[in-house]
Amino acid sequence: MADSTLKFKKLPDRDPPENTIGWIAWIRDNLFSSATNTLTTLIFVYLFYLYIPPFIEWAIINANISGTDRSVCDANKSGACWTFIKVRLEQLLFGLYFASNPEQTWRPIVAFSVFGMLIFPLVIDKTPHKKWLLLALLTLYPVLFICVVYGGVFGIPVSDTGQWGGLLLTFALSFVGIIVALPLGILLALGRRSEMPIVKMMSVTYIEFWRGTPLITILFMASVMLPLFFPSGVDFDKVVRAMIGITLFQSAYTAEAVRGGLQAIDKGQNEASMALGMGYWRRTILIILPQALKISIPSIVNTFIALFKDTSLVSIIGLLDLLKMAQNSSRSLDWNGYDIEGYLFAGFVFWIFCFGMSSYSQKLERKLDTDRRAE
Amino acid sequence: MKSTTIPLHRNPKLRSFVLQASLLLLVTYALFSVYQTTVSNLEDRGIKTSIGFFDEVAPFKVGYSPFLEFKLGETTYIEVFFIGVLNTLLVAVLGILAATFLGFFIGVMRTSQNWLASKCALFYVETFRNMPLLLQIMFWNFAIFLAFLPPPKQSIEMGLLFLNSRGLHTPIPVIENHLLSTIWFGIIFASFIGAFVFAKWSKKRFESTGKSLPVFLISISSIIAVSYISFVILGSPLGIDIPVLGKFNFKGGGQLPLPLFSLWFALTIYTSAFIAENVRAGISSISKGQVEAARSIGLTRAQMVRMIILPQALRVVIPPTISQYLNLTKNSSLAIAVGFEEVVAVWANISLNQTGQALIIIAMTIVFYECCSLFTSFILNIYNKRVQITER
Repeated sequence: MADSTLKFKKLPDRDPPENTIGWIAWIRDNLFSSATNTLTTLIFVYLFYLYIPPFIEWAIINANISGTDRSVCDANKSGACWTFIKVRLEQLLFGLYFASNPEQTWRPIVAFSVFGMLIFPLVIDKTPHKKWLLLALLTLYPVLFICVVYGGVFGIPVSDTGQWGGLLLTFALSFVGIIVALPLGILLALGRRSEMPIVKMMSVTYIEFWRGTPLITILFMASVMLPLFFPSGVDFDKVVRAMIGITLFQSAYTAEAVRGGLQAIDKGQNEASMALGMGYWRRTILIILPQALKISIPSIVNTFIALFKDTSLVSIIGLLDLLKMAQNSSRSLDWNGYDIEGYLFAGFVFWIFCFGMSSYSQKLERKLDTDRRAE
Repeated sequence: MKSTTIPLHRNPKLRSFVLQASLLLLVTYALFSVYQTTVSNLEDRGIKTSIGFFDEVAPFKVGYSPFLEFKLGETTYIEVFFIGVLNTLLVAVLGILAATFLGFFIGVMRTSQNWLASKCALFYVETFRNMPLLLQIMFWNFAIFLAFLPPPKQSIEMGLLFLNSRGLHTPIPVIENHLLSTIWFGIIFASFIGAFVFAKWSKKRFESTGKSLPVFLISISSIIAVSYISFVILGSPLGIDIPVLGKFNFKGGGQLPLPLFSLWFALTIYTSAFIAENVRAGISSISKGQVEAARSIGLTRAQMVRMIILPQALRVVIPPTISQYLNLTKNSSLAIAVGFEEVVAVWANISLNQTGQALIIIAMTIVFYECCSLFTSFILNIYNKRVQITER
């Protein structure tokens, strides 16, 4: 008890060191930490200065949006001509039939909005009853799409598929490709991992055959040779031909994505369910597939992205998808010479969908990748 | 005692045999009947499926064939096929070279410490990866190059390269003396072998004595020196053909007509975005412990990159990059949109429309691409075997 006179006096807290917090420190760490870093920053700032202001000026500040014909844009060449997109928007999104019959435009709008209402809850983590929503998207939605967009029931006039176009056609082609290819792909993936040599060989041949060939060749085959494959009298329209080609192509890619998931499942799962006396299909459907599909969702979504972009190839076999519609519009007499705007708009629409899907798949990947989080 | 034999219909071997046999029969029958229907359908249209048309003269013009000479009225269909194949391979090789350089550059930029550089690389990757390649090809060709490149008279000059609305014109080497240039190539080849032997020897020396040499610098500079000196001694066996502005366009030199140039440009940008992503994944797959361990045993930065980081990163980067090379080759078939004469355009499209020989033509096109694909998986398998981590 000697030093009872010693008193502890609390000193005021010291400020955190200035060089590790705040935006100044952030700038120093990320932009000017070394000589090379500083030089890089300066180069980039100079490049931004060179290219960004003129682009913004062209795309936004000087852009034309008013009016309904090209006279507005021709008068002001220093800016982009968004009037063109505004006037042709319905064609670009819904195709010729729905654009020329304004009283029918509600049909694609309904189809797109129902799709949006189904897909948004699905990508949010905490939605309950996701299984049912997914089931509705895969089974009820296609029926609704056919009824509303194709028509022919409930007094809705039939829209000829030859007149489909724009984003609607792009969407229809990729949606059909995706949902028909999914079950096919699962079967093929199971076949590729089967113990029966002939089944395995056939699946491998099928998968590698379609994966080795460019889609454009397959589309040519579908549009030129499909009618030859069947006895005369059997005929499909152009859109259905493209759908068949796309589906066959896509099923091979889906199969590879699912196979990745199947390979990741521990052998013990299969052995344990065998020990319980389950047959092949019960094992597969109840134990293996639910786990494997969950793991393979990111790679399946990646195949969706590739397919969505690849549907633009149908423009080469003469279908008016979003890309072809944009190209045709900017080559029409009314809007000749405004190609950049047309391509940029189409590219932007594609980009939104693909970027959305890829962000979702990356999010899922991070979520599933639990063993790396520790780092 | 109850019998324990399995009833016949539940015997797994028998079941699998019956299933496979019936599947095989079904598929064979389906394929065979499709083939027969197709042949008879073609015959109804007056087309007899046979390879006789190979030797017929092709009645259309192929504008670009730098490797085989094209003569309207002499060149046969089968030669057109080979012209198409060579053109596909040409754009594939050009695209693979450029996309690899650009992709590695962007990928390294993506992992840069500089925030601006890394975000710009991210922007590049996300923009070009998420738009259809066909759209990009058309955009560059129709909206940008055709509209904005100057006519030949006002070509953009980049050293000996000339870019105008007709395409890109490059100088190419020309062999002036066959014997001497063969000797020269032989000398270069020998110097490469010498460098290889030297590298082996220096590695052995390093492993036994610990002394290291700047192998890469020494070999590169000696190869350059040897080839330059021998070039001068042999009296310049190779000349350069520089494009010269003629009345309407450049003559001589190597030419990439605008469709080929746009296709190459778009393929490079699109594929480089994917390669950059592979490179980023490879670099970030290396755990921090590797870098720390390398530092703690006193490796210099260059040694660390060469001996620790690169071997591990490349193991992750190379396989998906090789698949991207295959994708690029397949994607070059989109050339048809801008009118470059590769195999799908001249063979699966024009020749098919001219002759109607759908079966043979489509089959040959597919076989060509399947060969590319098989070749790629062959290379991949060899690589994967070589780099497989050998565990005890």
